[in-house]
Amino acid sequence: MRLSLHTAPEVPLETDCLCPDQLLGKSAKEIAKLLVFHGNQRAELGEFFHIQEGAQNGTVTVEGDLAKVKQVGAGMSDGKLRIVGNVGAHLGAEMRGGEIVVEGSAGDWVGREMRGGRITILGDAGHLVGSAVRGAAVGMTGGEIFILGSAKNEVGNGMRRGLIAIAGDSGDFTGVNLKAGTVVVLGNLGLRSGAGMVRGTILSTQPAELLPTFCYDTTYRPPIVRTLLLYLRRQGFTIEDVYINGPYRRFSGDAIELNKGEILLYAG
Amino acid sequence: MIVNGIAIDDTFAEGFPMKATRLIITAQTLEWAYHSARAMTGFATSVIGCGCEAGIERELSPQDTPDGRPGVSVLIFAMGVKSLTKQVEVRAGQCVLTAPTSALFAGLHEGTPLPLGQYLRYYGDGFQISKKIGGRRFWRIPVMDGEFLIEEMGYIVDAVGGGNLLVLAKSQPQALAACEAAVKAMRRLPNVILPFPGGVVRSGSKVGSKYKGQNASTNDAFCPTLKGVTKTQLSPEIGSVMEIVIDGLSREDVEQAMRVGIETICTYGAKSGVRRISAGNYGGKLGPFHFHLHQIMSLC
Repeated sequence: MRLSLHTAPEVPLETDCLCPDQLLGKSAKEIAKLLVFHGNQRAELGEFFHIQEGAQNGTVTVEGDLAKVKQVGAGMSDGKLRIVGNVGAHLGAEMRGGEIVVEGSAGDWVGREMRGGRITILGDAGHLVGSAVRGAAVGMTGGEIFILGSAKNEVGNGMRRGLIAIAGDSGDFTGVNLKAGTVVVLGNLGLRSGAGMVRGTILSTQPAELLPTFCYDTTYRPPIVRTLLLYLRRQGFTIEDVYINGPYRRFSGDAIELNKGEILLYAG
Repeated sequence: MIVNGIAIDDTFAEGFPMKATRLIITAQTLEWAYHSARAMTGFATSVIGCGCEAGIERELSPQDTPDGRPGVSVLIFAMGVKSLTKQVEVRAGQCVLTAPTSALFAGLHEGTPLPLGQYLRYYGDGFQISKKIGGRRFWRIPVMDGEFLIEEMGYIVDAVGGGNLLVLAKSQPQALAACEAAVKAMRRLPNVILPFPGGVVRSGSKVGSKYKGQNASTNDAFCPTLKGVTKTQLSPEIGSVMEIVIDGLSREDVEQAMRVGIETICTYGAKSGVRRISAGNYGGKLGPFHFHLHQIMSLC
């Protein structure tokens, strides 16, 4: 099934119906009548998208510049959603399963409070990847988010489980309030990474300036880093052998919290 | 049946159902992976006395291991899921956790779940860290050399134990040389182990004994020193008998190993001193897997 944007929304378009769970099995006519919000106005999906039926092995393809289209793949539990172009905020929010691939960049809140499945962004992502909404304590609790470009601030805010991997740089407060889970940044970490983290792992292959509430433990070659980076390499990340074989400096923190988190920085 | 002057008896080896798992041990160097694997598969020649039968299956290159380090795969067999679980738990804890730089991974990914790090993680005393990568959960346990990595779960599958060959030769050195050659060839095969020292056992047993409470005793019918005092199975020229025991993940794996073993021995012919190849069985009462030597060789 393929949906093509024919009319760019003037204000954000909320389309939590744009996921395989809600689209597959329906006719083009039924899909065109699905409810969306254009700003604060009710509208129908067909007012913005052409719908082309046709089985694609459980895959739904959405194409066009969706930078103003929000909530795509929200609550998704199965199937595959392929987005050709950029996509707006809250991609895959509260997603439970299945796979989303974005052949472009994504806005803020990618995988917000995600519980399972996988999101792959071939371009960049905005702020708050895998995070909790403001006022909530817990962000992502499962699944994987792979960003082959860079991401902005507060990656993994409040994250409890799962894996976020970023091929490029991340912004400030990466892994802020991390409860557990893993954030891998193959580029540079922003400022104040791991602030308030309780448990979990932040790994970077580049040097970083850490908060004084992180304590240096040792320099070693943990097998988990090799296992993790080899896994990411198999998922399409370009990772040089030196980062897989090399030593890492381990810092414990955040001492203002439980102090059971860790930041691993390549020490080659 | 005679091959190159060596008689192959019209008999069968009697195999029985077992449970098995494959584990992968990695380390900083292959040498240290072997240290750990040898410890883990030590004292594991027979379920009767050791609780399990275990052996090193093969070496693994860094490309074949989850953490990209050199490693070895081991196979461990036991009579049931419960006994195998117990053996793996104690051997992982005493032989792999303790070995410098080691890590332990599941080598099978379906079957009956087998706890690996699920309970061993408590050795970490609250400092252990869980990581889930690609749907597989791992435990990182802080140890004095750094960190021990162990996968949370392995898997148990149905398997076959008790495949065997008896090699009857004119002398002890000749029997041993033939067995050494056969073991070398058989150990190249996947999915099988030869659990006895060097792959060879010289103390084949019979069921029962004249002594009360002794379940197994020396197989006097195959002991060359007892030819004159017991109902012997040995002709006058046989001076030594050795056995190769095989456990495999399937009937076909055991058959293939037996075939390779017989072929290898027969390649050297009667001039090697080997006169007969036979197999041990219990009249078909012990196990459902009957490996008939003639059938196995007819498929060559």
